[in-house]
Amino acid sequence: MSKVLIVAEHDGAHLNSSTAKCVTCAQAIPGAEITIAVCASDASAVAAQAAKLQHVAKVLKIENAANAHLLAAVIAPQIAAIAAPYSHVFGPSTTFGKDVMPRIAALLDTAQISDIMAVESATRFRRPIYAGNSIVTVEVDAGAKVVATVRTASFEAAAEGGSASVEAASVSAELPSHTRFVSVSEAKSDRPDLQTAKRVISGGRALGSAENFNLLYKLADKIGAAVGASRAAVDAGYAPNDLQVGQTGKIIAPELYIAIGISGAIQHLTGIKDARTIVAINKDGEAPIFEVADIGLVGDLFKIIPELEQSIG
Amino acid sequence: MKRILVGIKRVVDYNVRIRVKPDGSGVVTDGVKMSINPFDEIALEEAIRIKERGGAEEIVVVTIGAPDTQQQLRTALAMGADRALLVESTAPVEPLDVAKVFLKVIEKEQPFLVILGKQAIDDDNNQTGQMLAALWNRPQATFASKVEIAGDKASVTREVDAGLETLEVDLPAVVTTDLRLNEPRYVKLPDIMKAKKKPLETLALASLGVEPKQRVKAVKFEPPAQRQKGVMVKSAQELVEALKKKGLVA
Ligand SMILES: Cc1cc2nc3c(=O)[nH]c(=O)nc-3n(C[C@H](O)[C@H](O)[C@H](O)COP(=O)(O)OP(=O)(O)OC[C@H]3O[C@@H](n4cnc5c(N)ncnc54)[C@H](O)[C@@H]3O)c2cc1C
Ligand SMILES: Nc1ncnc2c1ncn2[C@@H]1O[C@H](COP(=O)(O)O)[C@@H](O)[C@H]1O
Repeated sequence: MSKVLIVAEHDGAHLNSSTAKCVTCAQAIPGAEITIAVCASDASAVAAQAAKLQHVAKVLKIENAANAHLLAAVIAPQIAAIAAPYSHVFGPSTTFGKDVMPRIAALLDTAQISDIMAVESATRFRRPIYAGNSIVTVEVDAGAKVVATVRTASFEAAAEGGSASVEAASVSAELPSHTRFVSVSEAKSDRPDLQTAKRVISGGRALGSAENFNLLYKLADKIGAAVGASRAAVDAGYAPNDLQVGQTGKIIAPELYIAIGISGAIQHLTGIKDARTIVAINKDGEAPIFEVADIGLVGDLFKIIPELEQSIG
Repeated sequence: MKRILVGIKRVVDYNVRIRVKPDGSGVVTDGVKMSINPFDEIALEEAIRIKERGGAEEIVVVTIGAPDTQQQLRTALAMGADRALLVESTAPVEPLDVAKVFLKVIEKEQPFLVILGKQAIDDDNNQTGQMLAALWNRPQATFASKVEIAGDKASVTREVDAGLETLEVDLPAVVTTDLRLNEPRYVKLPDIMKAKKKPLETLALASLGVEPKQRVKAVKFEPPAQRQKGVMVKSAQELVEALKKKGLVA
């Protein structure tokens, strides 16, 4: 039987929805028994949220003052110390999971499967490579421990309604002090979160300035959308780095994605492959973004954005 | 000697349109332009800048790969690396074994800093630096957009989902690069000539005592699902109507 351990992502108070997506992925393994591990200084609130997720059998609280910030070097030895009974150890393919999971895998002397997008069996998975330009089916030997990250855009979050048992785990692992948290930039907006928003409007280099990005924010507010950006727009300082969509930014799967003044480089398209409806607005009718767009409009964004606002009313 | 180790992987150039072989056995790489992994160029650029500021004395670039990876090492030497090490393997080597090779090289070279790319853009694994840091039992600062060295510590700003996170790590440590860390310099022709005289050492993988394993087997490669051809609209108004019809805007 498969026993899956999921490393919870959270901010100390709230469980990140990426964890619920890992649960859905784990549940695709036939007969999986799912445990969630919550590393925190005080894990109670997050553990209670994890226990409500359907299909979760058990939640382990791993409490330690050193877990106040989720540092990979500190978390990894604790997870490795409790990993023995599990056949699979999963984490989300977010910057948190990408940072910590390979460190866990190495401590367990096992390989990692990155970005699982589909489960074919307990030992067989599908994942994207070459910025999503190929999908590879990979297999590990039966009996090998599978450490993996889960591509969150490929799975729905598990619903609530479960009632897993919550236990405190005692972990004996030597924790390093060589890595210290200093600060994190405050999440500043009350706008919808880019990674979970149903609608996203992204701007590219064509916006030309940070001020012009306000045009996007205004439009986004009108339809309750989150705002994203291309790498070129972020590099130019028009938008903060956490708005970048793509291979090296966020991989998202909104119902509606509107790309404005974005050419559609493969690295950008990687981030929006799972968007339900893609709209492209670009003054160049030959721009590659139109090859993936469900609805395309050729024209000048500075003229079109005000018209859109007006038509939406 | 204050030394920085930089990982260099040879990958299909990021501008190449990737094609999957019709028999599903892999991706077409024959006759395709190969380059230094873009994140590794950034890693090398950062090492060069640290050295230029007087923070390091020697930069050693390391690759595990086939003999023709020499090309990328020569480019790295032309950019500003001092020495190159090619650990030869014709078969692909998994991140865990790459990390084990790096650990062997670290034991010999005793660097105060190892800079790798955050991910190789062929397999998109994003694992090697973290695995190396675990095996070495040293700090990791992944996805770096700013690195400041001060004495035996480094302050590293990281690109995380929430925004920017800053860590302080004791050295030696492993740093992996994100895109905004720097913009790599162009190689100048005279430097290419000079690089021919710089030392490039070749070692057999087996001589390092690492036995690579194939833990993850690729069974089948497929092209991604194609999206259906879309429609073009003529005006903003038409666009809004189409979205309303789909129930995507109220
Ligand atoms: C390793 C690597 C990773 C990368 N990762 C990412 C990533 O995660 N995300 C990402 O986005 N990119 C990424 N890139 C960069 C990517 O290759 C492109 O350079 C980038 O996406 C281009 O951004 P853009 O479309 O905004 O700019 P451009 O390519 O310059 O496109 C601007 C577009 O705006 C249009 N335009 C100009 N003026 C107007 C106007 N007035 N009205 C309407 N349209 C107008 C133009 O026709 C053009 O199509 C990566 C690159 C590398 C090498
Ligand atoms: N074969 C290799 N030779 C040298 N460096 C490598 C190799 N494979 C991976 N790396 C380094 O590890 C980084 C991350 O690679 P990966 O974990 O495979 O995505 C790369 O950007 C390189 O710096």
